Amino acid sequence: MQLKEERLRSLLIRGLVGDASAYHLFLGELTAHLRSFLRRRMSRLPEETEDLVQELLLAIHNQRHTYDPGQPLTAWVQAIARYKLIDLLRRRSRTDGLHDPLDDDELFAVADTEPAEARFDLAKLLKQLPDRQRLPILYVKVEGGSVADAAKRTGMSESAVKVGIHRGLKALAMKIRSIA
Amino acid sequence: MKTEDFVSLLAAGVEPIDARRSTRRYVLAITGGMMGALAITGGVLHLNRALSQEMLEPMFWLRDAYCVILGSLGVLAVTRLARPGIRLGVVAAGIGAVVIAMWLFAALKLLTAPAQDRAHLLLGTTAAVCPFLITLVAAPLFVAFVWALRGFAPTQLRSTGAALGFAAGSLGALAYSLHCPELTAPFIGVWYLLGMLIPAAIGATLGPRLLRW
Repeated sequence: MQLKEERLRSLLIRGLVGDASAYHLFLGELTAHLRSFLRRRMSRLPEETEDLVQELLLAIHNQRHTYDPGQPLTAWVQAIARYKLIDLLRRRSRTDGLHDPLDDDELFAVADTEPAEARFDLAKLLKQLPDRQRLPILYVKVEGGSVADAAKRTGMSESAVKVGIHRGLKALAMKIRSIA
Repeated sequence: MKTEDFVSLLAAGVEPIDARRSTRRYVLAITGGMMGALAITGGVLHLNRALSQEMLEPMFWLRDAYCVILGSLGVLAVTRLARPGIRLGVVAAGIGAVVIAMWLFAALKLLTAPAQDRAHLLLGTTAAVCPFLITLVAAPLFVAFVWALRGFAPTQLRSTGAALGFAAGSLGALAYSLHCPELTAPFIGVWYLLGMLIPAAIGATLGPRLLRW
């Protein structure tokens, strides 16, 4: 578990300086831990677990600048996971769904690699974004092109493409919250 | 979309994080908020007419030091609470220690003063308006800090709201000191503190609504 923490932490730190493949591994491995963490706490809302896994991944991505590399990764991820879980339960006003205490859990001790179906379709939500956010996300994040290439195709500046991606993913998080 | 595909989407072409952006956001909030606070102090209120003489008194600077130290600790608390999983640590105790130090100094002043002067040391001439005027002056700082925090991920919204209100109140009190004629430790220990605590209470109340993400 200590090894897991160390491994995920070093992957994230490499991701924070722009190493996309390390960041991909980080998010991929983290997914299983988030899923297991949530499944054990959402036994009354099993059909919503995968939604929240995706919402959490997006939150972790959007807030990755708040991770302090000197801080245990477990503490950072758990604080976000707990915050989002409580937020969801409050939206459901079913705080009694929290049978398990939320503290002193060892996030990285368990993993669940069996995804359920997410109920909302992120692809559809992405389509609702305005073009200046949707197209940069489509060209760079979905099709995997470069920022320079996306700038050429959209006629936007490179920094506008980056801002569009950033704002678009924040807007996506807002959309998920308003429907979920 | 499958979770796996979403992970690929998030990771694709991920940009490096520039740590200076977080600092810049706080600097911008403090600068903008402080300019607003000074504008209210100079425009809506007015500068203390005896300012140039009062600036020669050590108490003038002690009062400002009190506001600056509490304001810095408040901002430190905000920056810690803005990050998930980071505890306040000794910051809260530091604020308590500064407040108590001022109280001890105030008690000493009251005890050594002649009995008939004590009420004036505590109430001055503006006790009834001081906390509310500090709250007014702190309003732009409050708004600026809410804006700054919307770029971060606080998970304890009530505490974060209280911390941002306290930071705004303390820096607001610093701006307000250019208007305020009161230079006694008992006055500052009570009415300035109250002027910091009102925005803190407003922050604690509104935090869950203003800071959700």
